[in-house]
Amino acid sequence: MVEARARARSFPSPFDVATPLGAEGWQEMYPYYYLFSPERREFEEGKLWFRDGMHHPEPLYPFDTVTSESWWVGLGQYNTRVFIVPPALGIDQRVLNGYLYISANAITDNDVVGKRVDFFMKRAGHYFQNWDALYAKWEKKATETIRELQAIQVPSLPEMEDESMVTEGRGVTSAYHLIAAYDRCIENMYKMWHLHFEFLNLGYAAYLTFYGFCQQAFPGIPDQNVAKMVSGIDVMLFRPDDELKRLAQLALDLGVSDAFGDGRSPDQVLADLSQGAAGQQWVADLEKTKDPWFNFSNGGGFYHHHRSWIDQPKLPFSSIRSYIGQLQRGEDIARPMQVVRAERDRITAEYRALFKTDEDRKAFDDQLGLARTVFPYVENHNFYVEHWHHTIFWNKIREFSQVLKAADFWDEVEDLFYLHRREVYDALYDCITSWAVGTPARGPKYWRPIIQKRKKIIESLYQWTPPPALGPPPEVITEPFTIMLWGITTERVGEWLNPSGGEDARTLSGFAGSGGVAEGPARVVLNVEEISSVLEGEILVCTITSPSWTPVFNKIRAAVSDIGGMMSHAAIVSREYGLPAVVGTGWATTKIKTGQRLRVDGDTGVVTLLD
Amino acid sequence: MASEVSHILWFQDLRPEARSLVGSKNASLGEMMREGLRVPSGFALTTLAYDAFIENAGLRPRIHTALGGLDPEDTGAVEAISRGLRAEIERATLPRSVAEELRLSYAVLAEEACTPTPPVAVRSSGTAEDMAGASFAGQQDTYLWVQGVESLASHTLRCWSSLFTPQAISYRARMGYPPEAVSMSVGVQRMVDARVAGVMFTVNPLNGDPSKIVIEASWGLGLSVVGGEVTPDDYWVDKVTLGVIRRNVCRKATKYVRDPAGGGVSVVAVPEPAQAVPCLTDGEVIELARLGKALEVVCGSARDIEWAIDEVLPSPDNVLLLQCRPETIWSRRRAEPLVAPKATGIDYVLGAMLGPPPRKAE
Repeated sequence: MVEARARARSFPSPFDVATPLGAEGWQEMYPYYYLFSPERREFEEGKLWFRDGMHHPEPLYPFDTVTSESWWVGLGQYNTRVFIVPPALGIDQRVLNGYLYISANAITDNDVVGKRVDFFMKRAGHYFQNWDALYAKWEKKATETIRELQAIQVPSLPEMEDESMVTEGRGVTSAYHLIAAYDRCIENMYKMWHLHFEFLNLGYAAYLTFYGFCQQAFPGIPDQNVAKMVSGIDVMLFRPDDELKRLAQLALDLGVSDAFGDGRSPDQVLADLSQGAAGQQWVADLEKTKDPWFNFSNGGGFYHHHRSWIDQPKLPFSSIRSYIGQLQRGEDIARPMQVVRAERDRITAEYRALFKTDEDRKAFDDQLGLARTVFPYVENHNFYVEHWHHTIFWNKIREFSQVLKAADFWDEVEDLFYLHRREVYDALYDCITSWAVGTPARGPKYWRPIIQKRKKIIESLYQWTPPPALGPPPEVITEPFTIMLWGITTERVGEWLNPSGGEDARTLSGFAGSGGVAEGPARVVLNVEEISSVLEGEILVCTITSPSWTPVFNKIRAAVSDIGGMMSHAAIVSREYGLPAVVGTGWATTKIKTGQRLRVDGDTGVVTLLD
Repeated sequence: MASEVSHILWFQDLRPEARSLVGSKNASLGEMMREGLRVPSGFALTTLAYDAFIENAGLRPRIHTALGGLDPEDTGAVEAISRGLRAEIERATLPRSVAEELRLSYAVLAEEACTPTPPVAVRSSGTAEDMAGASFAGQQDTYLWVQGVESLASHTLRCWSSLFTPQAISYRARMGYPPEAVSMSVGVQRMVDARVAGVMFTVNPLNGDPSKIVIEASWGLGLSVVGGEVTPDDYWVDKVTLGVIRRNVCRKATKYVRDPAGGGVSVVAVPEPAQAVPCLTDGEVIELARLGKALEVVCGSARDIEWAIDEVLPSPDNVLLLQCRPETIWSRRRAEPLVAPKATGIDYVLGAMLGPPPRKAE
């Protein structure tokens, strides 16, 4: 008889995970404080760390830790130091084999929690009570921060400073401006992430409170129904896609839609359009629309290589082309706003009518009211920060790389991202000293082999599959942000520890992200380059979707993702488009092959492999 | 004669005030039908028909004598009297006027069904006064697959005779009801040739959650579900969005079908491949839930419903409601607030942070 497999109780210790072959020395790419280390071993081994596949699904390029390191501070400080959230400190981070692991920190001492309550009520209370006014102020601050970033000039280092240097008595040179500009870019990034969390934790707390109340009143109420009652109608993340639809209509109105023929590149289309007055009018409109709506990342915005529509217009142009086709066939491509709004009102009224006491109706009204107040921020901040701001940021950093490339530090603009941001500072300093003194810099010889080595390391890390978690799991996962943002529940952790069914399992379970059931052939999409391969009627299977993938939701029948909770993008957009979605399945992209027939049950969160 | 008109009333013509004439089962079928919910057609033999029958057969004095001064604890005597009375009732014939009305009404069903002897279900339907002793007074009497007007008449008599089971006799004697002051209506409803049947609650019977509809279903006629003879599939539907949120498919080894030998039903094995597959499609689950939700709105409180899916009718006409009664356990419970009232939304946020975390049910 075969003995039952022992049930695993713990994930591997971070100290026991081997370095993948070819990735030796990966630690050098990251700051000392980012690594699991002997000095903090007892603390680090004593808790659960789970992989943040949601925001950082790929290995971290050294420079790209600028985003993760920014939110490490941003999120944590608002819980710990600003709003004094009674039971929760910040979320900690570590890098292991290039992947980001995070860990929640609940406060378990009731005395400490009690002492934090008054501060929280006063501080969070002020935000909740003045939400709309403070949010209006936030939008102004966020826009200003983005405009400041946009305005930063990255000077090149001239052979000789301009004569005006002398005639105007300016006193500081291009060397100063270069290094100062870099500092300002990095500071601007930090600032944007402070703003990111100014409202987010409170916003989620209000949403979670309402969610918890709904679960208490209606045990097992689908997450998506709670979301439907709260979610906004005019969500900023849908705006770029709406703009593409408008541009498609404009092309038809102006009679220039022929320029968008099949298989034509954006450059060819634009070249055609520039021939005539009507075409020029369309192009002028496009240019106006781009700022800000094309600052829309094809990924999450957290990585430098998640390029945006503005850099890679292929995706928006092919969407415009297919929208033109739909309009020509007489289809209505507008989002069904009236329907969505009416459905939201109906659902809310019907659940409300199920309460039996006045106390509960008041609790429902108050909590829903607060959740709806905070939600525009929760839904819209992402466009400002991860899309609009970060698109500009990555491109601004490329300008610095251009300067260093010109000084022969490396061969490709993208090489800079293999350096940590403080190494880039060093490289820039090396560069300006060499420029100032007129002697060779060490950089060109120094960085090339390092970049070569790191390219190989990153490549090896991509081949490695990181475990979903590290260390001992707690009895129950209670930390609200963990559940809400990352979709990590006690059940999910249990499933990771002891996967049911094994290799042959015909089903995958995840979050019921959006209701309904659909069957169809799978299309596994691992990155944005593959998104154009999605055919009408297929089921999108992806690690995680980005808002800029929205246009593809017009084509697909259902969506399945490896990562994400009920508020993940795939879930939100699927609800908007009325498509079934199962998110946070963990393994969909590794278990499912393109072409395989699937049944996606968005009501129960189960994906069945039919072939 | 006015009384003749009231011996039989069609379900669709039943007004709420007819409840005392047709009993609660038949009355609720009438209500469902008037609200446009799909219910198999049929009619009620009223309590007036029963009264006319007892009168005509000369049974009233017989009942009075037999039951007067009876000691309800004398089991032997009660059983002997029950046997005698029931035999007399079942041997008697319907008054000519009642028999003629029954024949004509059955002919209407025959015309509708395009067959001379359409199968029907014959059920007793007690009036409100009997409710307390409902389970003794033959309330559960249901005869399935009755065909032909003679068989219909004899099954009607069997329903009526169930008023005089030993349990019903001693119950009424103990409660001090005058023995002759009982009456009973009988419902005659076209039989559904059920592919699948079961029950549906418009509230979660496990915890009283009013946002759920829970459906239990198994192959064949509903008897196996109602009688607990199989572990049925269960399907949970969110009442607001009508989305299916849980499907629990069980092994359903047997089913009740129409007895191929003639009238009545028999138990047969479910073929192996069909045992562990869901017996309802999502479309059927949602259609049932839609009907259940509508019925609850009409009735104003949670319902306990019997339903069937017809073998031959096209979708969604094949989804039919057979019976409906009020859900009693949770509806009667006094509602307590879920949370203590708080001043503002922020206080709820703090309460949630300090209290137990939100957890998903099941």
